[in-house]
Amino acid sequence: MQRHRKILEYALSSLLRRKYKNIALIAVFSFIVAVLSSVLFLTHALQTEAENILVEAPELIVQKVAGGRHDLIPVAYTKRIKMIPGIGKVTPRYWGYYYDSLTGGNYTILGVDREIEGLTLLEGDMPIETGECAIGKGVAAARRISVGEELVLTDGKGAFSMFTVTGVFSAASELLTNDLVVLFYEDIVRLFDMPADKATDIVVEVFNDTETPVVARTIQRLLPDTRPIMKSEIIRTYSTVFNWRSGLVLTMFFGALVAFCILAWDKATGLSAEERQEIGILKAIGWETANILELKFWEGVIVSLTSYLTGVILAYLHIFYLGGSFLSPALKGWSVIFPSFRLTPYVSVQQIFILLFLTVLPYVASTIIPSWKAAITDPDAAMRG
Amino acid sequence: MEKQTIIKTKNVSKVFNPGMADETKAVADVTLKINRAEVTVLKGPSGSGKTTLLSLLGCMARPTMGSICIKDKDVAKLPERFLARIRRRTFGFIFQQYNLIKDISVIENVMLPLYPLDVGLREIKARAEGILDDLNILNKRNMKIQRLSGGEQQRVAIARALINQPEIILADEPTAHLDTKLSGKLLDILQDMNSQGKTVIIGTHDPLVYESDFVDRVVEMRDGMVQQIVEHNR
Repeated sequence: MQRHRKILEYALSSLLRRKYKNIALIAVFSFIVAVLSSVLFLTHALQTEAENILVEAPELIVQKVAGGRHDLIPVAYTKRIKMIPGIGKVTPRYWGYYYDSLTGGNYTILGVDREIEGLTLLEGDMPIETGECAIGKGVAAARRISVGEELVLTDGKGAFSMFTVTGVFSAASELLTNDLVVLFYEDIVRLFDMPADKATDIVVEVFNDTETPVVARTIQRLLPDTRPIMKSEIIRTYSTVFNWRSGLVLTMFFGALVAFCILAWDKATGLSAEERQEIGILKAIGWETANILELKFWEGVIVSLTSYLTGVILAYLHIFYLGGSFLSPALKGWSVIFPSFRLTPYVSVQQIFILLFLTVLPYVASTIIPSWKAAITDPDAAMRG
Repeated sequence: MEKQTIIKTKNVSKVFNPGMADETKAVADVTLKINRAEVTVLKGPSGSGKTTLLSLLGCMARPTMGSICIKDKDVAKLPERFLARIRRRTFGFIFQQYNLIKDISVIENVMLPLYPLDVGLREIKARAEGILDDLNILNKRNMKIQRLSGGEQQRVAIARALINQPEIILADEPTAHLDTKLSGKLLDILQDMNSQGKTVIIGTHDPLVYESDFVDRVVEMRDGMVQQIVEHNR
């Protein structure tokens, strides 16, 4: 034990002797780990956030499809769906995207006739009568309005409609509500100039979740021009989208990663004449090859683990305290109005270990191999360089 | 009393870059006996093979041909881990260029040989301080190597060679970078070690060394071969 402690201490002093070189290496290494970790943390946190939000989402949504295109669905379909056994409430939903030429942003407009479950307001109340609305933080910021002020939108006939803002959604729900405008369904029908007997889609409550696929198939058979969408499909889509985006960011980052790998490999494999001579001296004074390898192992572990931990901590702070400001435009949402919420820290232990495996182990290996080559040569030859 | 042989070589040769255009035979067919507690000098001009022979005797290089027995054990074909142990237990090296580790302190340099052993740091430190005190350099223990003079570096190298209490001291051109006064001091130290029962082998071309009174045997070398062995009667 004492022997290992002394070799570890010598490894530390050895690193300190080349402190500028090692500090530069740790800085670059930490940056690489920080970027990789940031992408992984952000993707995972967004997926978890989306999954958590979708817990409150309906198990089954039914849309009408016309020639493969999403079309308005007849409200009368609700009665036919209700006849299927195992089904609870069947509710038409009124919503749509609104392009705001004033700000260049897209809003999601949702019509309600009651308070939405799972959403809380930062300020004010939900609309209680027509002519009122609740808006997301992004909309409030884009229009520079707050509770008590008016939101002016252009309706389907080209006329201006004014809605009094009764509440602004909280940051906690921002991934979902940032670009949201909640109106009464009569208002949205009027705003979008929708036929009175049509809705955007229909929400279906299924008593037993495991029966959802069966119910979905029954609806499709009963109403062939519809497309039932299960919650599990939406979660899968979110996951795919975030994975695709993180893959895109990582691909962009790949060049930097390769450059670092070359640098690390060059540093680790190219023992300088001085380092080779030092190995020779240590061997000449009685160090065994195993002792040299232990020394180099500790050097590699100290550099790579320090870089790894620094990188992971920086990534954690970046994502969960600074809102992932450097990466979020590439990974969050597709709206012009990007959510600026603080993510709940969800970190996958598996990801932490994969990252550890992909960064620390290769570096330690690439440090040990050239040292091993030098250590197995005769001390006399090693000292000659 | 019959002298006890501690190192015995038989037809030892060392060839660098064998089979290549720059093949060099540094040591050729050397047969030699080194007696315990004696001072042996390997004398010869530069390129005569002294340093290579010292490396071979100290298990720092392997011979291309021949055998080297240290305390009756043939070490020429031993695996590296055994050679490392022999080096640690048997030899103390004083190199021509000192071969100290730069940017660490004097005392750390001296303590280094004992790091891979299960000896407590406190004990190692006490031992190192004792040797540095004997060599009158204890006051420089915390200084970095590069801030010492040549003579001081030489004494640190000697302290490092002594910390593992070796039976055999190998010194390669120990006076090469020292003036006459410092060379004299160094020879006193080597003589003192010899009087403590240590075997001393010195590679040199300095007359101050090979003409010293405490030298028992001078092995004259040229072109990697032993020319003659001169016994001194002390």
